[in-house]
This record gives sequence, C-alpha cells and structure tokens, in this order.
Amino acid sequence: MSSALIPLAILMGLVTYPFRAIPLLAPGFERLPERLRLYLRLVGPSVLAALAAVNTMVGKSEAGTPAFRIGWEWLAIGLCILVVALRKSLLVGLILAAGSIAVLRALGVATPP
Amino acid sequence: MTLDASRRQLLVDSLGIMVSAGGFGLVYGLSARAAGFSPLEASAMSLIVFGGASQFVAVGYVLGGFSWLTIVLLTAFLNARHLLYAAALAPYLTDKPRPLRAVMAHVLTDEAFALAIAHFRRMGRADVRGYFLGAILSTFIPWNVATLVGVTIGGSIPDPSRFGLDVIFPAAMGGLAVGLVTGRRELVAAISGAVIGVAVALAWDPAAGIIAGGLIGPIVGMAIRPGPREHEREGQLAFGPEPAHEHAHDAPSEGLP
Repeated sequence: MSSALIPLAILMGLVTYPFRAIPLLAPGFERLPERLRLYLRLVGPSVLAALAAVNTMVGKSEAGTPAFRIGWEWLAIGLCILVVALRKSLLVGLILAAGSIAVLRALGVATPP
Repeated sequence: MTLDASRRQLLVDSLGIMVSAGGFGLVYGLSARAAGFSPLEASAMSLIVFGGASQFVAVGYVLGGFSWLTIVLLTAFLNARHLLYAAALAPYLTDKPRPLRAVMAHVLTDEAFALAIAHFRRMGRADVRGYFLGAILSTFIPWNVATLVGVTIGGSIPDPSRFGLDVIFPAAMGGLAVGLVTGRRELVAAISGAVIGVAVALAWDPAAGIIAGGLIGPIVGMAIRPGPREHEREGQLAFGPEPAHEHAHDAPSEGLP
C-alpha cells in the first residue's frame, strides 16, 4: 500500500495547525481590550453566516471561475434557518432541509450542483 | 442555561453535524480513491490535516500533477479562517492547561467551532467535555470513519447528494449562526458577513470570501448601536456569565439560544 503522500499530509498539517493553535496558546487573551472582545464575540455569527452563504450561493462556472448560483438549495437552507429561528431546533431544521431537497431531486425538480 | 441542559442541546445539534461530516468524509474518500490515493494516504490526510476543503483541493491538485509547494500554500490559505475561530474561543479557555488547549486546537474545524461557540455562549463559560463532544464525536470520528469507508469500498456507495446530505453543512452553519444572534449587533454582523462573503467569493475566491466575511462583518456590527437590554449585557460582554434575568428570558426549553 502506497505511503508516498503521507509527507504531503504532514506538511499540510504543519501549515494548518498554527492557525488553530496560536490564539489558543498565546498568553494574554484574558487581558484583551473591551473593543477587541466585542469584535471576537461578533466573529461567530459573522463567519458562520459567511460560510452558509458562500456554500449556498457561490458555485463554479464552466470556465472554473466563481459564479453566483441560484437553486432549490436556497429554499432548503432557508427552511432550516426559519425553523431554527422559530422553533429553536437545529436538528428538525436539518432534517427538513435535507429531506426537502432529496424529495425535489427524486422528483427531478432539482439537480445536485 | 445549566451545564446539563446546554450539553443536551449540544448533543441534539451534533446529530445533524455528524451526518454532514460522515457524508462529506465519504465523498472525500471516494474522490481520494478516484485520484489514486491508497487508504493509508487518504486516512493520513484526514487524521493529520482534518480540514475538509483543503483535503478536497489536495486530491484535485495531486490528480492534476501540481507541485507539493502549491498544495501546501493553498492549504494554508484555505485554513487561515481557523485563526478567527481560535481567537473567538480563546478567551473562554485561558484557565485551561496549555497541553489540553494544544490538543483542542488540532480538532478545531468549522463544525467544532459552530457547536462550541454556541455551547459556551449558552452557559457563559467553557466546557471542555462539551467541546470534545462536538469536535471529536460529531466531526473527527465520522469524518475519519467515512474517509476509510469511501476509499476502501468505493463505487458501491450511492451518491450522498441523492439524499440531500450536501445541504446539511450550509444549513447547519446558517442555523447555528441564527442561534448566535441575540441582538442587533449580532444580526448586522451576520448579514454583513454573508453579503461580504458572497461578494468577495464571486470577485476573487470562496475561501477569501469566508475570511473577508468573518473579518469585516464584526466591524460593521460594532458600528451599530446596541438596544437598551443589549447595552446592559455588553457590560459583561461575551466571556462572563450573563445576567440572571437574561437567562430566564432568553433560554428556550429546547434548541438554540
């Protein structure tokens, strides 16, 4: 069994780990200025919303460049967000999102991106 | 919210993330197999890098014959957003032993951050067991098991997108973002993050969009005046316990805060 790519995996791990570790291991985070603490509090909703939006709305054109994507997935993800906002249940939202898009694809209404 | 109630909520939220991590891990395993990775190589990448997007890119670039330097640099770029996650979690973890924090860092992913930040904010403090429940049980284990299944069993597995599993990740991130919106500033930061993220992703690159949304969204949120009740809460900011009346008013019987 080939192991030729394991050094590549190690190199990829070596460049990834500092991004995950430096803020957790650097001393002084308990003495951050108030404004910076407020900023960090807002990072959560901001970056998660960016992840959701980019994964839903940005696809690839035939030329391989980023392209705006409109599809039934918007509806499924919107449904999940609505359920979380109204019912406070992420699990129900995810089941409805995956279930609705699976049904639409089975019916031939939606196609996988 | 109490520790037990918040952990119960974390466990329920983790179920959807677990399915998502398993589905994506399977697709990664299948892609790695198609690109000629051995099970050992595919699993080593999932264990050591543990970063979905960068692993998919590595598979494509290895297949395309790109240099390792290109792949490593692109990995650093794609995973730079983890710096934001670690910085947002760090103030909760300052009293934890450094070796423990070093281990926690390795399993910090989009999913682990989303679950942990919601869990910590519900309680107003850190919970190491809760963190590992979200990071390892719901993400690390399903991702690695599914990688191995995908790369070994291969073509006999049906396409996960047939079951709508590909929408679980963005839906979970959106749902968890909504759960973190407790005031005007969070709402504006979330909307700004999404708009800026999409704009930069279209103009340049999706990974850059996510980083830009995460960096600039909070600045826009900070420019907004908080409501009267939010202003009172911000006296305590994010990293201490919230006032008792806030818990009584805001804590739902189930679901996200």
